[in-house]
Amino acid sequence: MTTASELPAAPGVGYKPQHYSALLADPGAVQWLEIHAENYMGDGGRPIAQLRHLAERFPISVHGVGLSIGGETRPDPDHLARLKHLCDWLNPASFSEHLAWSTHDGAFLNDLLPLPYTERTVARVADHIDEVQEVLGRRMLLENPSSYLAFADSTMRETDFLRAVADRTGCGLLLDVNNVFVSATNLGLDARRYVEEFPMDRVGELHLGGHDEDHDDHGAPLLIDSHGRAVADPVWALLDEVLGHGGPAPLLIEWDTDVPDWPVLAAEAGRARHALARAAERAAA
Amino acid sequence: MSGTDQGLFRAAVMNPAAAVPSSLRDGSGRPAGRRFAVYRNNVAVSLTEALAEDFPACRALLGDETFRAMAGAYLRQHPPASPLMARYGAELGAFMDAAPQLSRMRWIGDLARFEFALRDSYHAADATPLGAETLAAIPPESLPERRFGLAPSVRVLRSDWPVLSIWRRATEAGAPQAQPVPEDVLIARPAYDPEPHLLGPGDAAFVDALGAGAPLGEAAEAALAVAGAHDATAILTLLIQTRSLTEPEPRP
Repeated sequence: MTTASELPAAPGVGYKPQHYSALLADPGAVQWLEIHAENYMGDGGRPIAQLRHLAERFPISVHGVGLSIGGETRPDPDHLARLKHLCDWLNPASFSEHLAWSTHDGAFLNDLLPLPYTERTVARVADHIDEVQEVLGRRMLLENPSSYLAFADSTMRETDFLRAVADRTGCGLLLDVNNVFVSATNLGLDARRYVEEFPMDRVGELHLGGHDEDHDDHGAPLLIDSHGRAVADPVWALLDEVLGHGGPAPLLIEWDTDVPDWPVLAAEAGRARHALARAAERAAA
Repeated sequence: MSGTDQGLFRAAVMNPAAAVPSSLRDGSGRPAGRRFAVYRNNVAVSLTEALAEDFPACRALLGDETFRAMAGAYLRQHPPASPLMARYGAELGAFMDAAPQLSRMRWIGDLARFEFALRDSYHAADATPLGAETLAAIPPESLPERRFGLAPSVRVLRSDWPVLSIWRRATEAGAPQAQPVPEDVLIARPAYDPEPHLLGPGDAAFVDALGAGAPLGEAAEAALAVAGAHDATAILTLLIQTRSLTEPEPRP
């Protein structure tokens, strides 16, 4: 098996087709690209042609949003076969998926839905990751979710859950710093403590994205992981904590809704480059 | 978590009137309440947005409010069958055909099938079209026996309604009013962008016959059987110009 991530410890962005020409003309700080696997499972046409061309110039990270690794049943074999086909021809630098479920009884719900953290769900998620890694012939990264609620029957902290799954399967982890901030705010947890407890030696990639602000029934803040705006300042501050613990890592800016013009996204990548450079200086000092 | 808990979660996500599953809490152990609405909203809005983006002409002609109400009903009855959102909406045409509130817009189902076919063509496999020199080298006397293939991006639609004219009227400024005549349409993809072409009488039968592996002579007869009179030159020229003809599939 290949290693979990061969991405450079540098900024990347989630690729959007509307940025194709501007990105190729001036990538700025961007050194790699992430694509959503499901958008490149057609048989041909422009999406595949663009991806082939981009892959000649940039390392590509394939990020799945539809494998339903946290589902009650094993990953859909047809979908896994499509994923294998994509990874086989593209040979990406990394493949990652979410600690979440999205498919139930043949229906795909197009959202990342939560699961309780118990020994039983550790075993189930680990079995599914074993199967994915076996079929793909590569290690994968598993991403921490954004949480809006908790389960009464959870018996483990999320960091312990992720560590247990990684230990059992050998998979790497993708630490989404915005998700940590969103979940900690929504559930009244300590984001810095989450970062301290996170198994940084497993991390193959970091994510940053924007969130929206709302409130729950009791007036408590409820942050929504919308990927529709710039990364919030406290999330950049939390990133510094993460980099302080784990050192520089491949760092992705996600912007999936209300997608801005290329210079705006490139500026976010520039800010990510500064954060990585500062962390490298601190580590060397 | 019992084996059916995700089933309960799904049912509650898809039905805003359903009770929030009791095992869901906020960070202090209180019932999750409207926190659950984040998931309801994500599912309904993301699927509605996907349909709105993929069926722009239907949305323009129904009006945004009516289209979104239709999408909301559709996504609950027909959630995506796979994570490939590019394939979502295949049954929207049939769904709208059967919707009583749309009975005055009986063409809307064909328009949805047309928009779906455009998208389907966009994602279809690439093909190597037959070059002009290959075609020119075919001796005229052997043409009736010659078989061709069609590029995987080619689609033929038959409509009892002026579906192409309705689509143009909805998507192109200054397009003329649709006349009440049936229209057959060829969707071809010369490079990466699917383009629709109005077909003449018998042309759809001709293209379908070629696609089914019939030699040119048989395809011409199939067109004649439908249209009474048919000149294959125009449709053949269109297929060549749009890079729609390929070498035929090897025959067993």
